[in-house]
Amino acid sequence: MNTPKIVCAVGLLGALLWGPPAAWSQEYRIGFIAAITGPASSLGVPERDVAVMIQKELDAKSGIAGRDGKKRPVKIIIHDDQSKPDETVKAVKKLIADDKVHVVIASSQSPTSLAVVPIVTEAKAPLISMASSHAIVTPVRDRHWVFKTPQSNIHVAVHQINYLKAKKIKKVASLYVNDAFGEDSRRGLAELAKGAGIEIVYEDKFEHADKDMTPQLTKVRGSGAEVLIVHAIPPAASIITKNVRDLRLTIPLIHNHGVGTKPFIDLAGGAAEGVIFPIGKMLVAEGLPDADPQKKVLLDFIAWYEKGTGKPRSTFAGHAWDALQMLFPILASLPADLTLEAARGRIRDELEKTRNFVGTGGIFNMSAEDHVGLDERSMVLVRIEEGKWKYFPREKW
Amino acid sequence: MTAPEQLLQLVLAGLTQGAIYALIALGFVTIYNVTGIINFAQGEFAMLGAMFIVSLVPLGLPLPVAFLLAVAAVVLVGGAIERLAIHPARHASVVTLIIITIGVDIVLRGLALLVWGTDPFPLAPFSTGAPFSVRGAVISRQALWILGTTAAILALLYVFFEFTYLGKAVRACAINRLSARLSGIRPDRMSLLAFCLSAGLGAVGGIVMAPLTLVSYDMGLYLGLRGFVAAIMGGLVSAPGAVTGALLLGILESLSAGIFRAAYKEAIAFLALFLILLVRPQGLFTRAVGTRAGL
Repeated sequence: MNTPKIVCAVGLLGALLWGPPAAWSQEYRIGFIAAITGPASSLGVPERDVAVMIQKELDAKSGIAGRDGKKRPVKIIIHDDQSKPDETVKAVKKLIADDKVHVVIASSQSPTSLAVVPIVTEAKAPLISMASSHAIVTPVRDRHWVFKTPQSNIHVAVHQINYLKAKKIKKVASLYVNDAFGEDSRRGLAELAKGAGIEIVYEDKFEHADKDMTPQLTKVRGSGAEVLIVHAIPPAASIITKNVRDLRLTIPLIHNHGVGTKPFIDLAGGAAEGVIFPIGKMLVAEGLPDADPQKKVLLDFIAWYEKGTGKPRSTFAGHAWDALQMLFPILASLPADLTLEAARGRIRDELEKTRNFVGTGGIFNMSAEDHVGLDERSMVLVRIEEGKWKYFPREKW
Repeated sequence: MTAPEQLLQLVLAGLTQGAIYALIALGFVTIYNVTGIINFAQGEFAMLGAMFIVSLVPLGLPLPVAFLLAVAAVVLVGGAIERLAIHPARHASVVTLIIITIGVDIVLRGLALLVWGTDPFPLAPFSTGAPFSVRGAVISRQALWILGTTAAILALLYVFFEFTYLGKAVRACAINRLSARLSGIRPDRMSLLAFCLSAGLGAVGGIVMAPLTLVSYDMGLYLGLRGFVAAIMGGLVSAPGAVTGALLLGILESLSAGIFRAAYKEAIAFLALFLILLVRPQGLFTRAVGTRAGL
C-alpha cells in the first residue's frame, strides 16, 4: 500500500540530490592563502592585511553589483599555510572542495605556489599566485589555470645584468636560498649572464633557517668575484648581508626583489646600506617621473595601505591587492545562472583577457601565452641609502 | 684569500656557532645529570632570553641591565617549569617526564608566537666597530663577545661545581641520588636548581647570538637540536664533553658548508647524531659506564 509513497519519497530525495547543479549566485567566494606564519611571514602578513581590509570595505558597501545590478556579498576565505607547501595543498583542497570558492589566490612563496599548481589544474579552478618564480606560470600550456601578479625573476635578472654590463663587471658570485624562488632567480641570472659574456665564478646555496652564511661567503672571497648577487628573502637575506659586512667583503652586494620589505633593512641594521636591487616601483613611487602611468595607482595604494594598517608600504601587499582588484570586475561580469564549474572556467578565461590593468606591480597584459602579463619595464633599480629606499636610475650608476 | 686563510675563516665561524651550541648542550647535561631527564625545551630558553632582551632594550634600559633582567626572567621561567610541570610528576617514569618537556617546548614556542608574533627582531651588536683581522681571516666583534661569554660561563660553572657547597650538592645528586639524600641534600631542590641553571645558560646563549642571527619565535628548535647533538657527542653526562662536542659540531658544519656544498650543512647535525649513536652511544670522550657520572 505504501509503495507509491516510498517511490514518491525516493523520487523527491533523488530530485533533491541529483537536481540541476546549484547556480553559484548567492555570493562571490575567493580563497586566499598566505604565509601568515613561518619564515615567509614578512610576505604573508602584509598580504593578509590587504585581504582583510578589502573584505571590510566590501562588507561596508554590501558586496559588488553583478550584471543584473543586484549586489552580492564577497567572501574572502583566508588561510595560513605556515610557509609550508603541504599546508598550502591542504588549504587549497579544502577551499575548492568544501568552501566551493570561485577562485583561489595562493600563496606568498614560490614553493608553496608550485605545490598547488597540479591541484587547481585537476580541479579546474583558477589560481592567482603572489609569488615570483617564472615556473609557476610556465610552460603556459601546462598552466592553463594558473596566473600570478608579481614580476618574474627573469625580469629581475635583466636589470641585474644591465647594471653589471654598465659597470663592465665580468665575474660574479651568486648565492641563493635553497627553494624554488632562489633556484629560479639563480637560473634566470645564469642564463642571461651567459649571453652577456659574464662569468659566474662561484655559486652556492643556503637554507631559509640558516643563522650563519660565513662559510659560503668565505668562498666568495676566495673566488675573485667582482660582485655578489644574492637571491633570498629576509630574515636569511638580512643575516647574509650582516655576514658580508662582518667579513669585510667589500665587493658590491646586489640582492633581488625578495628584500623589498622594511624588515630587511631593520633586521640587517646598518649592514643594508648600499645594497642595490631591482624591484617593482612601489618602494620609490614618490621618486618616479610624473609621466609614469603607475605613479598615481601606487601613491593611492600606499596611502590606503599605510592608513589602514599603520605599517609601512609593502610590495607584497601590492601583489595581493593586484590579484584581488583584477578579479572584481571579472566577478561583477559573471552571469548569475552559471554553475560553479562554469563560473570558474569563465573567470579563468577573463583573467587571460586582462589588458592594460594598471596595478601596483606593473601594467598587466595577459594572453594565452603569458599568464603574468608584465615585462621588465615594471621594475626599477633601487639602492638603500641611510636606511631608506632610493630610486637608482641609470644616470646615477 | 688563500686556502689556509679560508680554512681559518671557516674554523672561526664554526667556533662561534659551536660556542652557542655549547651553552645549550651544557643545559642538557646539567638537567640530565641531576634528574635523568632530557629536557627538550632547552632550545626555547635561548629563544626566551633573546626575546626578553629585544623587548627590554627598546625600553631604554642599558644593555648590561637588560642582559641581567632577561637572564633572570628566563631563570624564573625555568624554575616555574620545574615546579609546575616536572615536580608534580616526579614519581612518574623518566620517559613521561621527557614527554612533558616536549609539551613544555611546544607551549613555550606557541606562547612566544602569541606574544611576539612571527616577525624576527634585530638586536644591535654589543659593541660597534669594524671586525678584526686574524692572519687574513676576519672575526666580528660580536663573535668575540660570544666566545668570551661562553669562556666566562664555563669558568664560572667550574668554580660553582668545584668550590661551592651548592655546586657540590648538585654533583652529589648527580653521582648518587640516594646517598646525597642520606647526607641531607634534597634532590628535588637540586632538580629545581638544575632547571634554573639550564634556563640561565640557554638564555645567555640566545642573547649573545641574537645580534648575529636575529630573534624569532621558532629559533629554539634549531638550537635545541644542535645542543642535543652536542650533548650526545659528549656522552650526555660530561660537561667538558658537551662543550667539546658543541665546538666540534660547529666546526664540522662550517667546514662541510665551506669545503663541500652548503646543501650538506643541514644534514651534518643529523649525520653526527646518527653515527655517534651507532658507533659510540656512550659519547666520544667517556668510557662506557652503567651509571650517570659527575659533571
